[in-house]
Amino acid sequence: MTILSRDETHEVRLTLNGRARSGRVQPRLLLSDFLRHHLGATGTHVGCEHGVCGACTVQIGGVAQRACLMLAVQVDGCEVRTVEGLSGAEGLLGDLQSAFRRHHALQCGFCTAGILMSCADWLDRVADPTDEQVRQMLSGHLCRCTGYTPIVAAVMDVARRRRESAHA
Amino acid sequence: MKPAAFDYQRADTAEAAVAALNELGEDARILAGGQSLMAVLNMRLAQPQRLVDISRSASLAEVRIDDHWLHIGAAATQASIERRPRLAHELPLLALALPHISHFQIRNRGTVVGSIAHADPSAELPLCLLALEGEVVLRSAKRRRVVKAAEFFTGMLMTARTPAELIEAVRFPLAERGTGHGFEEFSIRHGDFAICAVAAVADAHRVRIAVGGVADRPVARDFPVLAGSALDDALNELAWSLDARDEPQASAALRRQLVRRLGRLATDQALQSRGVS
Repeated sequence: MTILSRDETHEVRLTLNGRARSGRVQPRLLLSDFLRHHLGATGTHVGCEHGVCGACTVQIGGVAQRACLMLAVQVDGCEVRTVEGLSGAEGLLGDLQSAFRRHHALQCGFCTAGILMSCADWLDRVADPTDEQVRQMLSGHLCRCTGYTPIVAAVMDVARRRRESAHA
Repeated sequence: MKPAAFDYQRADTAEAAVAALNELGEDARILAGGQSLMAVLNMRLAQPQRLVDISRSASLAEVRIDDHWLHIGAAATQASIERRPRLAHELPLLALALPHISHFQIRNRGTVVGSIAHADPSAELPLCLLALEGEVVLRSAKRRRVVKAAEFFTGMLMTARTPAELIEAVRFPLAERGTGHGFEEFSIRHGDFAICAVAAVADAHRVRIAVGGVADRPVARDFPVLAGSALDDALNELAWSLDARDEPQASAALRRQLVRRLGRLATDQALQSRGVS
């Protein structure tokens, strides 16, 4: 079994937002830093670096996870999606992003990328959530600007519009 | 903060992971979901020489029903258990407790075995393993041994695992007909560490009450089926026996009161749900 030495850099290949990307990293490099500093995907933010604040949440294989609690070497061969991958056609905002804008669900925006990546995963599993369920899902994210209420409204709005368009 | 440097090894089998532990002992750490370990590494509370990553091992991620046990392999995520369609019948206590574990983003990657290996006294899964009298399957290069939950947790973040052993799996006994379950937790926000959590398991003859977040490890006590003031007295005695400490977040008196109050609620829930599953 190969052992990746701490003193060397190692090739990591991944699919980032649908594009093949690669970089050379030391084993100790966090995924969050790999995305920002090596791949230039600075939409993913870094807050607490111990999994509490949620700012660095990305999707790996479609599943929302903390990028600060993963190593870059662990995503070799994986599909990673960040907030840059959420936009719609021609770089326009996706439905989730548009709803956040409509409802003023962000102010400084630091926490927003992580929240969007959690919501994108979660809404695929829970199509018809209650306010309470949304609040519990958001408990994995810290926002110091909004008081959360507009975020809950945005998530409920997206869920409703998606249900309606599914029935249309 | 960032972790100190380490060598990284991906181990896709239990044999490979055990070989690394056999060679390096305490200098190697098993990385499964990393939802406790990576935070510990980022804060440099641990600086292992090598990380042995089992997170992509299909064989170690196996979850199966084995006789009357639910066998959960070392790489199986908490989310994979939470989403079992029949979990509320198989293990009602886990169905009650899992949503309390941190946040869904953490459960997506965090493993059941990892939480039990970390042995945080306020964590839900060690508490449930003890309440249900589950077992831990340990594997070294020489042998495999099975340790009961009551003997596995030995103190604050301490277990009976020796440095050369891999926790290959844990197993929870499937719920039997006529058994009821209760779970109650108090924390500052949903998903925060429990200031006190209580699990209760009741059948026709016995109530087993387990408390987390108060002593240096989860603690379980068996009582005959009690009600009214006899139950209150038993919970009061249990609360005083746990050596609760004053901490900035919660006083010892608050923790004792939570044992009494949550103990009552969890016990009532367990007694009332007997025969439902």
